[in-house]
Amino acid sequence: MNTLPSPPSPSPSLTSLPVHPKLAGSHEPCDDQERAQVFQEIAARSVPVEHKGLPERLRQLSQFILTQPIEALLTLGLALLALQLLSLALNWGVLHAVFQIDEGACQSARGEGACWGMVGEKFRMILWGRYPYAEQWRCALSCALALGMLGWSVGSKAWTSKFRTITLWAWVITGLVIQALMSGNFLGLRVLPLWPSVETELWGGLPLTLILSLGSIALATPMGILLALGRTSEMPIIQSICVLYIELVRGVPLISVLFMASFMFPLLMPTLQTPDVLIRVLLGITLFSAAYTAEVVRGGLQAVDKGQLEAAQSLNLGYWQTQRHVILPQALAHIIPGMVNNFIAIFKDTSLVTIVSLYELTGALGLALNGDANWRPYKLEGYLFIAAIYFFFCFALSRVSQNLEHRLANR
Amino acid sequence: MNALTQLWNHQRYRQVIYQVTALLLLLACIFWLGHNTWANLKQRGIQSGFDFLSDTAGFDIGETFLISFDGSQTYWSAFGVGVLNTLKVSSCGLLVASLLGLMIGLGRTSAHTLSRFICSAYVELIRNVPLMIQLLMWYVMLVEYLPHSSEPYSWFHHIYLSQEGLAYPGLLWLQSTDAHGVVNSQWVWSWPVFDADGVHSEFNFSPEFLSLALALSLYTSAFIAEIVRAGIQSVPKGQIEAAQSLALTPWQIKRWVVLPQAARMVAPPLTNQYLNLVKNSSLAVVVGYPDMVNIANTALNQTGRALECISILMSVYLLFSFAIAWVMHKTNNKARRYLQRQANADRPGGART
Repeated sequence: MNTLPSPPSPSPSLTSLPVHPKLAGSHEPCDDQERAQVFQEIAARSVPVEHKGLPERLRQLSQFILTQPIEALLTLGLALLALQLLSLALNWGVLHAVFQIDEGACQSARGEGACWGMVGEKFRMILWGRYPYAEQWRCALSCALALGMLGWSVGSKAWTSKFRTITLWAWVITGLVIQALMSGNFLGLRVLPLWPSVETELWGGLPLTLILSLGSIALATPMGILLALGRTSEMPIIQSICVLYIELVRGVPLISVLFMASFMFPLLMPTLQTPDVLIRVLLGITLFSAAYTAEVVRGGLQAVDKGQLEAAQSLNLGYWQTQRHVILPQALAHIIPGMVNNFIAIFKDTSLVTIVSLYELTGALGLALNGDANWRPYKLEGYLFIAAIYFFFCFALSRVSQNLEHRLANR
Repeated sequence: MNALTQLWNHQRYRQVIYQVTALLLLLACIFWLGHNTWANLKQRGIQSGFDFLSDTAGFDIGETFLISFDGSQTYWSAFGVGVLNTLKVSSCGLLVASLLGLMIGLGRTSAHTLSRFICSAYVELIRNVPLMIQLLMWYVMLVEYLPHSSEPYSWFHHIYLSQEGLAYPGLLWLQSTDAHGVVNSQWVWSWPVFDADGVHSEFNFSPEFLSLALALSLYTSAFIAEIVRAGIQSVPKGQIEAAQSLALTPWQIKRWVVLPQAARMVAPPLTNQYLNLVKNSSLAVVVGYPDMVNIANTALNQTGRALECISILMSVYLLFSFAIAWVMHKTNNKARRYLQRQANADRPGGART
């Protein structure tokens, strides 16, 4: 594409050309002689010099205001509004805020300023939930492991053909280690007798959020790939089953799926076998996000050139061979940004599980504050603290996704 | 090589075998789940069926829209109230989110760095925090940080904002009988009254409704803004340069050149956001706004009929989703045909064809 000669650029000062009176008024054709008369050579303009001083800025600003008054006015209004909000936030959150863990000071500053002491007092409860106090280092270690792996996985190297298998196995091992760390059992066996075992219903806070979101995306991805393959396949029955599943799930809110997981799963399972609530909710989120993952994967499948499929067929590869060695590797490279976005969505969605009484970050905050009348009035500060945690993760991940997209586009 | 292998090696037959197997597996799965459910229900002595819908609900709903409700009415009406409340909050959210999203999206493509920066900060802040937490924050702010209803904020002495919600004037259909026994009915303005007892009004947005509507519209507006920005930036630069060379003003360029072309790009993802908004309105259960989910949850806890309540809930949302998808599809088609006609008419000699 780039080798094509670029068209000659039009003269920049076309509008300032002196116009022949005959041309300005009417549309009569003029002959060559007249045209020659009209044409006057203009001296080349000097190279524009970049002024960075204040006068130049002011000139630009005044030109902006003169040429686009509506937009200038809107910008001004927006800036004033932002300033107002910022000053409100500064006043409440910094200037009048109490930073020490001091109930009395918080009480007297109530309504005027924030009480960040609450976060200092309760942050362990918010971060780790009801997990036994002495064992909370296990939560911290699990989170560190999971975050480290997440950081590696969204990096540039993790899903290249060289490292793909290693990354996958590392995730499997990380999952098992986290499970062992958090519960104190390894796949149900007491192999770590030094650490007391902790029931899943005591898990909470950040580890629960991470386990739910990472676990469900790990389970939803293979399911989503199968659903996407089914949806793009030529077999009408399989295609319609997949379409039906995807559209049905995408049509209902996550809350209804969570209700189903907590109220209906026990009814659907064989008599007297009720799986743990964590497993049920994890399964519910997985079934939910698989439909969305399938749509992301389908986008990737459609991005693969049709010639690739034809080439694979002409090499006499079977369906699964074609998908496994030709189509999917290319499609998956395309969908990594989409998958990161998908993960962000799931990560945010896990905040809903508090409705079915699992104490992830939001639930743990309620747990920390509702039982303590002294600190109960400072909910807003707590929500802001959690919002900051979510913002940190989601913002970082969305930046990563944008970078990946950029890199893909420039490849 | 026997006949079966031959059959297997024929692609057409293999596809049939695959599909029949998949169908059988699915049916077996459904049968297994159904059987389990039946056995469980029988074992626990839980009654099933939708007959409970005509029973008396026995609970009150704090906030109703269009129809009134009290505890002596049936579950049917309770679900109806829930559906209407969901529609109310979703339609408010849709309207505000669309307008706000359009403005923020335009701001993100503005010529001025400052408005671009402010708008991107807004989008990033809103998009990266879960809706649930935003909703809870708005609710706490409205319920705890606003003044008590004995000293509300007021605008023009007709709109009052306090912990009790937002009281606003509205039109009321009044029927009165005069001295001669003639029934008069007319529209009457009803104004909020503020006295020593607080604010009294016929029309009031509760803090639950306000927080939900605010959170939904702000959250969705950030996503709509991104869609609008992407749509605007997808318009080829040559189009804008052509418009500039025709000496159109910046506003005219936006109105007549950029937005019509961006609109075509925007429609499909916008539909998705609208659907998300309606589905997200189910978070009402967190702040206690009596929407569809909240009512279904109450009914479920009272009657124990999880299966029925959840299936009603899901079918209503599916209905909403399909309705919105259908309406957006129709609108999109109509707009496309309209634009096509315009383009044909504008083309030289287009009138003849």
